[in-house]
Amino acid sequence: MTHAGAKNASALAAGLLFGLGLAISQMVNPEKVLDFLDVSGNWDPSLALVMAGAVGVAMLAFWFVLKRKQPLFDDEFHLPRLTKVDRRLLVGSAIFGLGWGIGGYCPGPGIAALSTGSLEALVFVAGMAVGSAMYRRLAAPR
Amino acid sequence: MHNRRVANFTPVSALIGGALIGISASLLLWLNGRIAGVSGIVHGALRERGHWRWLFLAGLVAGAGAWLWLAPPAFVPRTGYSLPLVLLAGVLVGFGTAQGGGCTSGHGVCGISRLSVRSIAATLTFLLTGMISVFVVRHLFGVAS
Repeated sequence: MTHAGAKNASALAAGLLFGLGLAISQMVNPEKVLDFLDVSGNWDPSLALVMAGAVGVAMLAFWFVLKRKQPLFDDEFHLPRLTKVDRRLLVGSAIFGLGWGIGGYCPGPGIAALSTGSLEALVFVAGMAVGSAMYRRLAAPR
Repeated sequence: MHNRRVANFTPVSALIGGALIGISASLLLWLNGRIAGVSGIVHGALRERGHWRWLFLAGLVAGAGAWLWLAPPAFVPRTGYSLPLVLLAGVLVGFGTAQGGGCTSGHGVCGISRLSVRSIAATLTFLLTGMISVFVVRHLFGVAS
């Protein structure tokens, strides 16, 4: 298998595992996500444990992986280059949080929820594409 | 009255699902050198050519679908929630994650795992505004979901 083929296969495998994790943890259910964010209602802490489980595994594995010179199927690690906490980061994250709290979907679960055949997941993903294009057209630094 | 708080909390499946997400992120970094940030992958897929992003997203749908098909469903998909609100939510999430450079997976899982100060700041910010947003929508405006 060429590297291009290997890269595509591992991306597909990673996506499958990610989707499986989102479904098993019920994060594809927007009501469960809203119950986590709703600290003044019937609070459901499950989402915090999903994050804890994911970070627990990834933190350990990343530590080993990033000691390598390069990934298996690529010449370099494609890591974010920005390091500063700036206005753009905080404003963008704040806007994302507002949307997350309105719908109960963040990008991963929103896309994974397409598998339930739910109409609102489709509407959410379409909205996300529009928002992404709006940012590129109107607000992205050039 | 029955305590819903206990009935809703699913710690075991949350940890198992979370661990799988962590394994997925670790594989993508180890094999391809990429960060498993779903918003970044979506923005990239819309902007650039190349197959790996679309394959990851296809896997995301198929992986979730496979579980929901195999296992007895633990929940009923929400219906009857305001679609204009869902559309607004999508636009805000798309715009905000493009500007903020990440979401729950990219900043929340991968960034925190790399101990990135940017990602920790981003995660605290969207958790806070997410909680405020739910409070306003559910409790001030009384939108049920």
